[in-house]
Amino acid sequence: MLEFLIFPGLLFTAAAGLITSWVDRKVTARVQMRVGPPFFQPFYDIGKLLIKETCVPAGGAIGLFLLAPLIGLAAVALASTILWRSLLYPQATFVGDLIVLLYLLAMPGLSVILGASASRNPLASLGGSREMKLMIAYELPFVLAVLVPVIQVHSIRLGDLLVATPTALPSGILALLVAIICMQAKLTLVPFDMPEAEAELSGGAYIEYSGPPLAMFKLTRAMMLFTMPVFLVVLYVGGLIVNQGWAGTLLGLVLWFLLVTVIIVVRNTTPRLRIDQAVRFFWGPMTALALIAAVLAWMGW
Amino acid sequence: MSFAIQALTRSLNVFHLAGSACNNCDIEILDALTPKYDLERFGITLAGSIRHADLILLSGIFNKKASIRARRLYEQAPKPVLAVAVGGCPCTGIIFRGSYNWDGPPGAYIPIDAFIPGCPPKPEAIISAVMKLVQGLRRREIVPAGQPGENGVVLPPTPGTAEA
Repeated sequence: MLEFLIFPGLLFTAAAGLITSWVDRKVTARVQMRVGPPFFQPFYDIGKLLIKETCVPAGGAIGLFLLAPLIGLAAVALASTILWRSLLYPQATFVGDLIVLLYLLAMPGLSVILGASASRNPLASLGGSREMKLMIAYELPFVLAVLVPVIQVHSIRLGDLLVATPTALPSGILALLVAIICMQAKLTLVPFDMPEAEAELSGGAYIEYSGPPLAMFKLTRAMMLFTMPVFLVVLYVGGLIVNQGWAGTLLGLVLWFLLVTVIIVVRNTTPRLRIDQAVRFFWGPMTALALIAAVLAWMGW
Repeated sequence: MSFAIQALTRSLNVFHLAGSACNNCDIEILDALTPKYDLERFGITLAGSIRHADLILLSGIFNKKASIRARRLYEQAPKPVLAVAVGGCPCTGIIFRGSYNWDGPPGAYIPIDAFIPGCPPKPEAIISAVMKLVQGLRRREIVPAGQPGENGVVLPPTPGTAEA
């Protein structure tokens, strides 16, 4: 319980996620030749939302409306706990925790859909339906890409994936590429930010949220921004960073930072895709690439 | 309340409410939010939804139909919320004052914290006014106009009902 609430769980991930979102905002500002927000800005934002009034839409499903952000927050905190536990004690994990993790990482998206459909707002329901289509689109190549290290190591335990040294197979590189693009969609960042689409849906799925529930959604997004790159690092290059001493830790940090940088740069240099383009993209070339990677891994490349 | 204001003024989400303005003030407001002025330095960002708003920027004269909508939007905003009138129109009504569709200054039906005169005011004037308001609130020299009463915020009468 303490692990879930404090160290690798809620509190640690929230702080790390908010710092990551500050890095994101600061780099975005520098790209646009601005000064950018002060270091504690994400913390101020969350603090402000906590003191604001909570408005509930008349005629909406109020229980579900207020429950949805909680589901997403709890899921991402639990996912981070499992991930960090396996990083700290690779032998103490249970068989099949990778599958649990995959489901938990899908929960924040699901909570957005639930909250949007409970809010009885046409723009929110449009955002929710886009989120749903996007999830259906990216989950297939994402799971296929996650399968590649599983096929290489013959285990669905994160601990085994971590201890096994990746042999830099072409299939691993291909799968990492697919996973990075799916991560961008999972974080609903540009070019896959159709569920929010500030310019056309003015907040989309989050439009009716205010006060603490909105704070929870923002926190969930920040925590996902921190957790997803960690997940990819653990999955694809875990063997290089665990049990390798300080050099391994440093390499892990550098790789994590590299992934975050890729996310921020892509987010700042691409326009938003239409939802049908995104679905075609994920079910077409991305799934094909992931399939090729899986077949290559199965053949031992 | 003071803690709430401290938290609020460090991270303002601005909602831009244009009530039949001639667009000059709207353009100046958008100018103030461009990278050149970089309001994110002060934690100020633009919000698309009134539910995310902490600061409502009103521009233009609010005619008899727009005033009802403006009041409704103010009621929909989660409290505490600040309101700032940008331009001569919401301050005094200038040349539209007393015209057949004019419904009084927005101060008559929305508690307004600051008025920025000018036709249109420069982005520098808007930023300076908002920052003066923020600093005044932080030092407790200014009391927010929308003071909470027994049953939520005490509001002036709804437009349209006052004269009836």
